[in-house]
Amino acid sequence: MGTTASQLGKDLLSEYQELTFLTKQEILLAHKRYSELLSKEDRNLTSVPMEKVLSLPELKSNPFRKRICHVFSTSDMKDGSLTFEDFLDLLSAFSDSATLEIKSHYAFRIFDFDDDGTLDGGDLEKLVNCLTGKTEDTRLTPEEMRQLISNILEESDIDKDGTVNLSEFQHVISRSPDFVRAKSLFCRTA
Amino acid sequence: YNRTMKLRRRRQSRPSIKDFSRSARPSIRGYGMETDCMETEGRKRDQLVNNLQNLSLSDRVRMLRAMPLSVAEKSELRYLYSSTILLSTSLSFSSLYPAVHISLSFSIPLSCCLCLSLSTIVSLFFLTISVPLPQVALKRVSGRFGTGVLSYFLFVKTLLFFNIFLFLVTGLLLAVPQAVHPPTLTQGHEAFSGLELLTGGGYFSDSVIYYGYYSNSTLSKDCRPSYNMPLAYFFTIGLAFFITCIILVYSMSKSFGQSFRIDKSHGILAMKVFCSWDFKVIKKTSVKLRSENICIQLRELLEETSRKHVQKTACQRIGRVLVHVLAWFICIGSTVACVLALYYFSEYMHKDPLLKEASLLALPVVVSLINLLLPGIFNATAWMEEYDSPSVNTYIAISRNLMLKVSVLVVLCFHWLGRICWESFVGQELYRFLLMDFIFTILDTFFGEFLWRLFSQRVLKRKRKPVFDISRNVLELIYGQTLAWLGVLFTPLLPAVQIIKLLLLFYMKQTSVMMNCQSPRKPYRASQMSTIFITLLCCPSFLGAAVCVSYTMWSIRPSESCGPFRSLSTMFQSGKLWVKELETHNPNLAWLAWAHSYIVENPLFLFLAAGIFLIVIYFNTQVVDGQRKIISLLQEQIENVTSLNSLIQYLNPS
Repeated sequence: MGTTASQLGKDLLSEYQELTFLTKQEILLAHKRYSELLSKEDRNLTSVPMEKVLSLPELKSNPFRKRICHVFSTSDMKDGSLTFEDFLDLLSAFSDSATLEIKSHYAFRIFDFDDDGTLDGGDLEKLVNCLTGKTEDTRLTPEEMRQLISNILEESDIDKDGTVNLSEFQHVISRSPDFVRAKSLFCRTA
Repeated sequence: YNRTMKLRRRRQSRPSIKDFSRSARPSIRGYGMETDCMETEGRKRDQLVNNLQNLSLSDRVRMLRAMPLSVAEKSELRYLYSSTILLSTSLSFSSLYPAVHISLSFSIPLSCCLCLSLSTIVSLFFLTISVPLPQVALKRVSGRFGTGVLSYFLFVKTLLFFNIFLFLVTGLLLAVPQAVHPPTLTQGHEAFSGLELLTGGGYFSDSVIYYGYYSNSTLSKDCRPSYNMPLAYFFTIGLAFFITCIILVYSMSKSFGQSFRIDKSHGILAMKVFCSWDFKVIKKTSVKLRSENICIQLRELLEETSRKHVQKTACQRIGRVLVHVLAWFICIGSTVACVLALYYFSEYMHKDPLLKEASLLALPVVVSLINLLLPGIFNATAWMEEYDSPSVNTYIAISRNLMLKVSVLVVLCFHWLGRICWESFVGQELYRFLLMDFIFTILDTFFGEFLWRLFSQRVLKRKRKPVFDISRNVLELIYGQTLAWLGVLFTPLLPAVQIIKLLLLFYMKQTSVMMNCQSPRKPYRASQMSTIFITLLCCPSFLGAAVCVSYTMWSIRPSESCGPFRSLSTMFQSGKLWVKELETHNPNLAWLAWAHSYIVENPLFLFLAAGIFLIVIYFNTQVVDGQRKIISLLQEQIENVTSLNSLIQYLNPS
């Protein structure tokens, strides 16, 4: 039920206000930014392809941008394209007023690179590589990586099954008060 | 993620949402949104809709918003539950939040209370609309530097709030009435020359800025209502400090509650990996910097954890202890030497009572120089000591700086008594100190940050810009605020000077940070540091100032020739006299005098109150200890259950 009209209907606007953590101005601003992403000949399309979403300044340099698009996309083709409602979901989850539970839930899904519902060694390795960047001198050596992953699992895996599930992840997150502040984007006035 | 897995069935063992009382906020955890069990989509959705229908309207909206589902699914759910309930049952008045009642009791027949509450509301208003500190500037700073440097600027905002409140209170209740009824001057007014702005003397010395100007009698003119000046002075300062204390303790406890974690477990590695990515950082260069920082921090943490397993030999340990002792000896020795030098210098300067105006500035300059140079020595000794963890390093640095500043202030306090109209003189000295501190901060920003950046880039050819030292800057702010609080009793308009200083400092530091600095490399737990800053503001800074002011009001004899307490033996006596006066005029209020003599003057009451507070604190720490034990027991239980489950599966592979 995406919309490509230049104006949002009033009842749609109030529905979005009720279902997301965004204020009215933020929803209208999001609509404006989303419409700018749709190029002129794609007026009939209801979803924006992933490459266009990745061109947004807030996501352009983010190492997790592709995962973010995949997590919030509801398209059947699994190509990471976002409808307007997916876009609102993204902004709502990253807004300042979203609850810790929402943020931790989506953060877990973003970090779960193989989409199997738990963070195992492979997911953690890819996560650390995303964090430390692409250049050679900032990457950890395989020895360091192994030690880091075993330390992380030792600290956060409570049921000792070798993976970090959602509850264990949320338990770790609840210990860090900086998490909520760090996981929010600023929606700049274009 | 399969769409089917998104809608979860509520587990039978979880409490039904109907069992929650109206006041309990329904949480997403009660709904079992985990990824384990699977059911058909329709049944799950029906159950979810069923549960939502039983909630009140606002609870339902809140629950729906907090569900990690997509907007399309949420609007489907909304359509389903709204079409099956009647309109009459959708409104429930019990879900309305209780109206906030502000009850002010005006038992004391003074308009002080109204003014105080008005000024609190006005300053809260200023804080919420963030005038004149714009949000755009803060967003730019956090976009480049992250939450660490942002906490410094938020601290400036907090201090601004306190000063605006103080200024409104003292301005409205003291300065304005006195300015309207100017006293007759015994000496002629000195001419205004530009030097007054720096020294605070000369033209300003006989003005409403200082304590000496205020009259000691009841002000009344023609048929306007009378205004008891000494009483107003005493009560205003007392109540302003009391309200500031309450606000500080409240914000400190709130901040402490946010950053305190019950289970102080060993591991912050997992937390660092999961939480360290700051999504607010957008610029490509900042992102690269951040990745480098994270890599360095992870490497440092890994080294730390592996170092813990290495035992030091006895020889190494003795060596380290000796190094620490030497470092502390150097720090304390240099502090004592500077303090003694300051003592003798101020004796020499104040021997001659007829001093030229400009030479009054010598003492503040010396104090500011000491405050600037000695922390450099402390940094050098810390570098020699090589502490294991950077947070211990920061705490030691903060405590050494504190020790220096407290001893300097204590020495200065000795010097300010024993002059004619010493209160005005103390007020002038504090004004000079505040101003000199500000000038040195400007010079330090210019030389320390701007010129050092040019120097390190052109001459030393370093790629990195200098680091913005957050703890040193915050300690300077706290020092300035201590001076302002100390001086309010003697210079009621000193908060105005502090406000101007903070505003200029905000814009200056912001420009300097964007041009000259880069974010600190060390791992910076922003919320923990904010807690430390506000604790430092409350505990040595405000507490020290409040103790000094209370001691002055309680015990020291005010000077005979100037000020509103001229004829009294202590400032506190004005309150006593007023209570006695009330009693004679109105015999019904004899209970007030009785209460005053038994509660305020009797120390037993204070001892009892302190004892009760200590018991409450002890009880709470025991509760926290118990919770810690429970958490570790539960973790053991989870481990046992999982291993038991896997054992059962192994033995029974069917």
